[in-house]
Amino acid sequence: METRDRGVPGPLAPLLEAHRGRPGALLPLLHAVQEAVGYVPPAWVPSIAEALDLSRAEVHGVIRFYPHFRQTPAGAHRVVLCRGESCLARGAEALIAQAEQRLGVPLGGDTPDGRFSLEGVYCLGLCGCSPAAMLDGQVHGRLTPQRLDALLATAQERP
Amino acid sequence: MNPPRETPTVVYVPRDAAALAVGADVVAGAIHAEAARRALPVQIKRTGSRGLFWLEPLVEVATPQGRIAYGPVQPEDVPDLFTAGFLSGASHPLRLGSPEALPYLQGQDRLLHARLGVIEPDRVDDYLATGGYRALEQALALEPPELVAQVQRSGLRGRGGAAFPAGIKWDTVRRAPGPTKYVVCNADEGDSGTFADRMVLEGDPFSLIEGMTIAALAVGATQGYVYLRVEYPHAYRTLTAAIELARARGYLGPDVCGSGRAFELEVRVGAGAYVCGEETALLESLEGKRGLVRAKPPLPALAGLFGRPTLVHNVLTLATVPVILAEGAEAYRDYGCGNSRGTLSLQLAGNVRRPGLVEKAFGMSLGELLYDYGGGTASGRPIRAVQVGGPLGAYLSPSHFDLPLDYETFAAAGAMLGHGGIVVFDDTVDMARMARHAFAFCADESCGKCTPCRIGSVRGREALERVLAGGPVEAELALVRELAATMRDASLCALGGMTAYPVLSALEHFPEDFTARARSGRPVQG
Ligand SMILES: Cc1cc2nc3c(=O)[nH]c(=O)nc-3n(C[C@H](O)[C@H](O)[C@H](O)COP(=O)(O)O)c2cc1C
Ligand code: SF4
Ligand code: FES
Repeated sequence: METRDRGVPGPLAPLLEAHRGRPGALLPLLHAVQEAVGYVPPAWVPSIAEALDLSRAEVHGVIRFYPHFRQTPAGAHRVVLCRGESCLARGAEALIAQAEQRLGVPLGGDTPDGRFSLEGVYCLGLCGCSPAAMLDGQVHGRLTPQRLDALLATAQERP
Repeated sequence: MNPPRETPTVVYVPRDAAALAVGADVVAGAIHAEAARRALPVQIKRTGSRGLFWLEPLVEVATPQGRIAYGPVQPEDVPDLFTAGFLSGASHPLRLGSPEALPYLQGQDRLLHARLGVIEPDRVDDYLATGGYRALEQALALEPPELVAQVQRSGLRGRGGAAFPAGIKWDTVRRAPGPTKYVVCNADEGDSGTFADRMVLEGDPFSLIEGMTIAALAVGATQGYVYLRVEYPHAYRTLTAAIELARARGYLGPDVCGSGRAFELEVRVGAGAYVCGEETALLESLEGKRGLVRAKPPLPALAGLFGRPTLVHNVLTLATVPVILAEGAEAYRDYGCGNSRGTLSLQLAGNVRRPGLVEKAFGMSLGELLYDYGGGTASGRPIRAVQVGGPLGAYLSPSHFDLPLDYETFAAAGAMLGHGGIVVFDDTVDMARMARHAFAFCADESCGKCTPCRIGSVRGREALERVLAGGPVEAELALVRELAATMRDASLCALGGMTAYPVLSALEHFPEDFTARARSGRPVQG
């Protein structure tokens, strides 16, 4: 394993300090990184691996395994549409098609202008008011095509 | 401003995520603003949800006659409610009367979910006032074997899906040698159509904390983890706040309630992988690794987290423990039927008129749940299919609606209750598409460790896509059956193993959706 010190990226240092020595620290650390900068910069992987005494391949493997972790910056707004069975029973397919059409990207895509990331999820636990979605961490239920358009429009106007 | 002369009227507005999703925060804001405008003293308390979701946002007012409910309340209804005098429980088109008297609630056996929508989840005193922490007090006076015996006598089985007897697991972990043991709560709640874990975490978090503390005393653990899915940010905030409060009041920490025994609890957040709800993948994930399923043996009870004996349970299983101690193991056991004892948290979802949480003793019929509670479909069309037990559960047709809801009956019918999720579909559903969805879900979420699951799910999805596109039905369906059977028999865990349930049940109970396709030439979308 390489031990060459390439210098820890500035914002990463306090996060490494906070997580070093914690049992099973990698996931909490990756969450902290993604919370701080919106994704897990691949350039940070060597420092993360070294701090937790893991190989780079292990860290990379974990980042790639979990859909939540991103290796590139997300769009300014994160639209998460549910495609679980309860929401499918209430018209989620049409809503997904509508969002894909409005934003011009498929589920899992980011708009080229960096405004939106469109994600699918298999249940948000909001099945009591399907179809459901999450927009920038805010939950929305009983969605209709009109409400989805309104949500996208309000997000578009926000920075 | 003058201090209010009268004591304020208490108004309850849920802060459960599903209530927020239909505007509960905006309604709370509107009530606050309208009260200020009219100079009326009002105190808004934020509770969990009672789980009557078609009535959310469900607002309740404390009156001398008890609580009076109004719902579903939209922000624009608020001025009108004030004018009608809802603060004193006056009549209004949205008035529902006493919430407890609503048939949907009155018919239930709310043991585990008694506090949902009633207490403020972030107040220890609310919890104490409703019987909270009495079970822990009892537990501290008991020897671990006696605690385990109580759980055994209650007949409690795991509510996460596999329905394994909890007492046996407790006994195994208790007897396992070693100074370090763990209690892990599985709060990954990945199954579509389920939300009861989330409601407990958001609406009654101390019941889980108390249950985990008692479990730790019984098995000899001093550290606990809650593995919570990342899709539940509201539950995360409520639970972490509750843990802090419990610690500040001495219910967690180095000296639980002055007993000299330690129990620490930490929340760890998942990262969007369904398979991490499987207990060994969950443990891998807690250890900071990829969520690959481990081969058993060893059992997690003997070699679990970091190789130590570990008690893994679902949220509902653990939160039921205080109920069992408080009510008595025999009293709990008196609910239910056969080998399914106690109550089951059923979650009605999908195309149903009255979606929500129904806690009932095992044994009610599926039809009773769908019609008496659910009220049929939301669309008003006939119910055609029902998926019971999450995305790996079987699709049932109305010919199954007489089945009583208990573990053994469902298993005998080639189905499973799982975590209690019930998703309703009307007669516009295309079951070939739902079968394709089941394969696609498995393909997306497979951990990749075994070939039948990793490859079979993709092949199955492709075969059904060819059927949907009007391809040759017989050959493709033979392939689908073969793939599903191989996955069922040769997968390491239930993700690959049980994908056969939705696929084969759709084929068996709704064959016309597959065979008629070539003739009608229905196009495939999406
Ligand atoms: C693919 C898969 C996903 C699972 N997801 C969950 C889950 O989200 N929550 C849960 O409690 N159990 C889940 N389970 C069941 C767990 O493996 C385990 O049986 C359970 O956590 C034990 O707790 P219990 O005894 O309280 O049911 C899942 C199992 C499989 C195979
Ligand atoms: S069945 Fe699928 S999810 Fe389960 S261990 Fe095998 S590959 Fe992983
Ligand atoms: S299936 Fe969409 S919120 Fe559960």
